[in-house]
Amino acid sequence: MTPEITFAMTGGHVVLDGRPILRGIDLTIRQGEVVAVLGTNGSGKSTLIRTLLGLLPLSSGTTTIYGAPPARFRQWERVGYVPQRLQVGGGVPATVGEIVSSGRVARRRRFSRTSREDKAAVAAALEAVGMAHRVKDPVHALSGGQQQRVLIARALAGQPDVFVMDEPTAGVDAESQRDLAATLAAQADLGKTVVLVAHELGPLEPLIARTLVVRDGLIVHDGDLVPSPGGRHECDETDNGGTRLSGLDLSAKMTIGTGDGT
Amino acid sequence: MIELLQFDFMQRALIAALLVGLAAPAIGTFIVQRRLSLLGDGIGHVALTGVALGFLTGTAPVITAMIVAVLGAVAIELVRARGRTSGDVALALLFYGGIAGGVLLIGMAPGGSNATLMSALFGSITSVTPEDVWITAALAVAVLGVVAYFGRELFVLCQDEDMARASGLPVRFLSLLIAITAALTVVIAMRVVGLLMVSALMVVPVATGQQLSRSFRATMLLAMAFGVVATVGGLSSAFYAEVAPGATIVLVSLAGFALALGVGRFVRRSRAQESSR
Repeated sequence: MTPEITFAMTGGHVVLDGRPILRGIDLTIRQGEVVAVLGTNGSGKSTLIRTLLGLLPLSSGTTTIYGAPPARFRQWERVGYVPQRLQVGGGVPATVGEIVSSGRVARRRRFSRTSREDKAAVAAALEAVGMAHRVKDPVHALSGGQQQRVLIARALAGQPDVFVMDEPTAGVDAESQRDLAATLAAQADLGKTVVLVAHELGPLEPLIARTLVVRDGLIVHDGDLVPSPGGRHECDETDNGGTRLSGLDLSAKMTIGTGDGT
Repeated sequence: MIELLQFDFMQRALIAALLVGLAAPAIGTFIVQRRLSLLGDGIGHVALTGVALGFLTGTAPVITAMIVAVLGAVAIELVRARGRTSGDVALALLFYGGIAGGVLLIGMAPGGSNATLMSALFGSITSVTPEDVWITAALAVAVLGVVAYFGRELFVLCQDEDMARASGLPVRFLSLLIAITAALTVVIAMRVVGLLMVSALMVVPVATGQQLSRSFRATMLLAMAFGVVATVGGLSSAFYAEVAPGATIVLVSLAGFALALGVGRFVRRSRAQESSR
C-alpha cells in the first residue's frame, strides 16, 4: 500500500507584489518522507512551504494538504508548523509552558478545561526538546537555540502527522542542531512527514531522504541528498564535510537509539 | 470612601469605573501583544463622530457611538489585514475624519456646545445615568466573555498570525472579534476617561503588568488589578481633590507604570543574581 499523500502541488505559481516567486511547481510528498527544501536566499524555498500550508495564495495551479485544498482543509491538528522565529508579542511576556501549550489549540474545544491528555502531550514535548526545567521561564529571556526548541516543542505538543519547518537550524547553536536532529529522527521513525527548509543541513543531513533544490522559483533537483553539481554548493558548505559527516552519523544513530528507548 | 458613597452619582460612577478598569486591560493585553497599542486611539477618534450623530439625531450618544465605533474598528481591521504601506495613511485619514466629523456635527447639533465636546473628549464620569450603568455593565460582561471564551485562540493569533492560520484558527473572524471588542471597550471607557484617553486604559495597565510578570496570564490579571486601582483610585482622589476625574485616572495609571518600572528592574536584577549563584 502506498502511503497517504501529505502535500501535492500541481503547476504552482505564486506572485507576490507583482513579482513571480514560484513559477510552476509540481510536487508530491507522501506520509513518512523526510524532505529538505534547499536553495539560496530569494530562491522561493520559504514561499514554497508557506504556500503548501495555504499561508500564501497560489496565483495559478492547485495544492492540497491531505487531499484537501488549504481553504477547505479541516484537520489542522495533523499539521505542526514551526516558523523561523518565535514572535515576542509586543513585549507581553509569555512563558515556555504557555507557548508550548498553545500548540494544542487545534485539538481543543473552546472553553474546555485542560485535559490530562493535553498536559501529558505538553510535558512530553518539553521533555523531548530538553526544556522541561524552563517551563515557567519567559520565552524572551531565552537564546535563539532555546527559542527554536520551544517552537519545536510547540509543534510536538500538537501531535501532528506532518512537521513543516522554516529554517529550523538558522541561528541555532550546534548542540541544539544535534538535539533537533535526534528529535526529528524519532518523529520520522514514528512515520511522521517532515518538510524543512534549510540553508545548510549540518547535523540534519543523515536524516534527509529526499532533497528539493529550489532556484528562481523552480525545483531544479528532486531526489537524493547530494544535489546536482550546480546545486551542491548551496547545501554543503563545509570544507571537511566527509569527516564531520561520519562523526555526526554516529552521534545521530546513538541519539536515535536513546530516543526510541524513552 | 464612605462619604463618597453617599452620592448616587458617585455610586454609579464608581461602578462604571470598576467595570472599565476590569474590561479595558483584559482586551488590552491582546491588543498590546498584537502590537496594535494605538488601535484604541483610532477607534476613539472615529467614535467622536458617533457621539455627535447621537446629539444631532436625538438618539442616545452611547448607542450611536457604539455603532460608529464598531464600523470604524472593522474598517481599521480590513485596512490592517491588507497589510500594505498605504494602510498606515488610510488609518490616519480615518482618524482625522472621525475627529473632524465629530467636531463639526456636535457644533451643528441643537444644544451642542464646547461643553458637550469636552465631555466626549475628556470624559464625564459624574454624569453617568442609571441607564448608562446598565449599558456599561452589559458591554463589560460581553468584553470579558469574549476574552474568556476565545482567549486561547486570541493568544495564538496575537502571538503569530501565520501560526494561527496553520493551526486552522478562523483568523479573519478572530481579528474582527478583537477589533469589535476593542470598539465596545472604547465606548464603555468613553464616559470614564474620554475618547482621547480611552486607549490609556487598554495599554498602560498592561505595560505596568508586564514589568512585573513572566507569563501572559499573570500580565493580564495584574493589568486588570492595576486597571481597577487606577480607575477607582483615580476617581476617588479626583472627588476629594476636586479635579478632572478622567485625567486623574490616566495620571494614576501612569504613576503606577513608573513605579512598576522601578520595581520590575529591581526584581529582575535580584532574579538574575539568584540564577547566577
